[in-house]
Amino acid sequence: MAILLTKTTKVVVQGITGREGSMRAKFMRDLGTNVVAGVTPGRGGEDVSGIPVYNTVKEAVKNHGLFDVSVTFIPGTGLKDAVFEALDADIKWVVMPVERVPLYDILEMVAYGKQKGAMLLGPGSIGLNSPGVGALGWLGGSVEFASRYFVPGHVGVISRSGGQSGTLPYVIANAGFGVSTVIHVGTEPVTGMSFADILPLFQEDSDTDAMAIFGEMGGSHEEEAAELVKAGKFTKPVIIYVSGAWAPAGMKFSHASAIVERGSGSAQDKITKLKEAGIIVVDNPNEIPRKLDELHQQGKLRKK
Amino acid sequence: MARLNEHEGKALFKKAGMPIPQGEVAQTPEEAKKIAEKIGKPVVIKVQIWSGGRGKAGGVKFADTPEEAKKVAASLLGATIKGLLVEKVLVEEKLAVEREYYAGIIVNAKADARCPVVMFSTEGGMDIESVPSDKIAMMNVDVLRGFRIYDALNLAGKLKVPSPHIAQVARLMVGLYETFKNYGARLIEINPMVVTKDAKVLAGDCRISIDDSSVIRHPELGVKVAREASTPPTELDRIAWWVEENDLRGTCYFAEMNNDLKDREVVGTIGYHGMGGGGAMLGVDGLNRQGLKVANFADTSGNPPASKVYRAAKLVFSQPGIDGYMLGGFMAANQEQWHHAHGVVKALREELPKRPGFPVLLLLAGNKEKESLEILREGTKDLNARIRIYGGERVYDTVGLAAEMKEMVLEYKEEQRAKGKKG
Repeated sequence: MAILLTKTTKVVVQGITGREGSMRAKFMRDLGTNVVAGVTPGRGGEDVSGIPVYNTVKEAVKNHGLFDVSVTFIPGTGLKDAVFEALDADIKWVVMPVERVPLYDILEMVAYGKQKGAMLLGPGSIGLNSPGVGALGWLGGSVEFASRYFVPGHVGVISRSGGQSGTLPYVIANAGFGVSTVIHVGTEPVTGMSFADILPLFQEDSDTDAMAIFGEMGGSHEEEAAELVKAGKFTKPVIIYVSGAWAPAGMKFSHASAIVERGSGSAQDKITKLKEAGIIVVDNPNEIPRKLDELHQQGKLRKK
Repeated sequence: MARLNEHEGKALFKKAGMPIPQGEVAQTPEEAKKIAEKIGKPVVIKVQIWSGGRGKAGGVKFADTPEEAKKVAASLLGATIKGLLVEKVLVEEKLAVEREYYAGIIVNAKADARCPVVMFSTEGGMDIESVPSDKIAMMNVDVLRGFRIYDALNLAGKLKVPSPHIAQVARLMVGLYETFKNYGARLIEINPMVVTKDAKVLAGDCRISIDDSSVIRHPELGVKVAREASTPPTELDRIAWWVEENDLRGTCYFAEMNNDLKDREVVGTIGYHGMGGGGAMLGVDGLNRQGLKVANFADTSGNPPASKVYRAAKLVFSQPGIDGYMLGGFMAANQEQWHHAHGVVKALREELPKRPGFPVLLLLAGNKEKESLEILREGTKDLNARIRIYGGERVYDTVGLAAEMKEMVLEYKEEQRAKGKKG
């Protein structure tokens, strides 16, 4: 098992005819994801690798029934309308591999999602990958790469960096372990799902024995995770790396979320709080395999 | 950062119908004099730089007469304050200050909020961080409902703002929220919000940072580089932004930086071409630990085309005084890496013939790794430089790779010194 995604989860891809949309829709389907339909206004009636395209989400629902998830490949300034459209079509989970989304638009989407009781992954999330089940977004890159390095196993992975969400499974696979689900929370300054929303799902997942997390300076994901662990709401072992210890305050680094603001969210501050909660903090992610081995020897983590 | 200067922010306030002091911007002492004449009473002259604490740094001065305003402006224009060159001053009527309040809006990204927070305080004129929390009233705003005049009245009422001021204070807060929303601000502040002796309430100062991704909707703001940083953009930063703006496929992030190693001895400076925000940061950490500074921070990721990667590499190489180039692909990328390989090879073939023996370390891992490494090897094999190419087996070896970089830099610098002696 894994979290969130199953073999029968019904997926619609908004923006399916674009450069990224068409390529990633095929990728998701080829990995086993149940991609049923796509949407691009003005392109209804066409198909992308055999996936039928509709002008609106409503039209897709009329033909295929309700969807569980929408994955949006939409330019940043157009994302808000796409997400509102998905939410109005009663879709309860939207995955947004989209960057450069105006901040107030994000706030509106997140507020509307909350009102509708929906989950929003991202924006700026390259998605989720559960080896043996499927993928949403483009986490795993290509079928060739994903099938080689996203090995089914018992480490849950969360990352704040898109690139690192591919790297951790790679390093974990090379160390002889595997992953249950890999999830990228997204790089925008505000995201719909945080570490604290995702960890309880891993807590419930019998296939996940331990967590490997790539954290970053800025924001409050790590502090919230520490609070969760401290409060006893997450009890499995957690190994985390927090990048950006050297970063000067006030400077933003490519990720919109990686900014140290008003004296809070510095890497050092996070590391202190994580350690206080009893979380295993590593100085370099290359120490993760050794820590996994230790957990394995202590009988806390299964190999395969 | 898409930070606006005080006078630019105040222009937005004016548009929103918010009261601001009478004043204008001057770029010469003569202009300052004319503005002071127009105002016809004592003025305050404030340097327009991206920095708080201007007063303490000597950037805010008063003048009683237009002639004095000219003199003061002359002393400020062209001066360097807090490391920033003063090119403009704002000349404004001097207010008879009775009280100072504060109003600000930030975005709270915490899982239990994810919304704007409006803050109000009766202790204005100082850094809000140093104000005790019982003197600050805050409200999380539901953006679907908006921030209403009675919300503002309730916030001000909580801190017992007297009746003669409260309606004006509330109107300013609502204007502040409208400006925050309409321009996609990430942070907006009025500090101080001035209550004058004749009971008028005005925005005495303003600080606005526009969210990078919202800048595209507001060409009228004239933001040249939509990147958050603590200092104004350099020439190279501007060029990098041009690259980004003209091709939205993938990301090309580039920022020149002063990478202070604090107490560590500096061995050399690396032109740094990172990949992916997280991996790129990881790499800088490794280099810094070996005493190598980075001249810049860069990140090409999100599947950019080779042309964009090439431009990023050229920017990295165009920095003077670099002792090496590192493609820091500290990630097993989801993106097809061959676009990076092609872009970087083209840049290296142009740059390395000018720099015999130059240290180059290339790390690429992930999707299409084998093909990409082949492109790098084939494309650079006839170049006269110190080139090392690695793949996935070294993806997190920041320590080892930085040590190799250091070794190459030391050799290269020694070689340069020897050549210098001969020449």
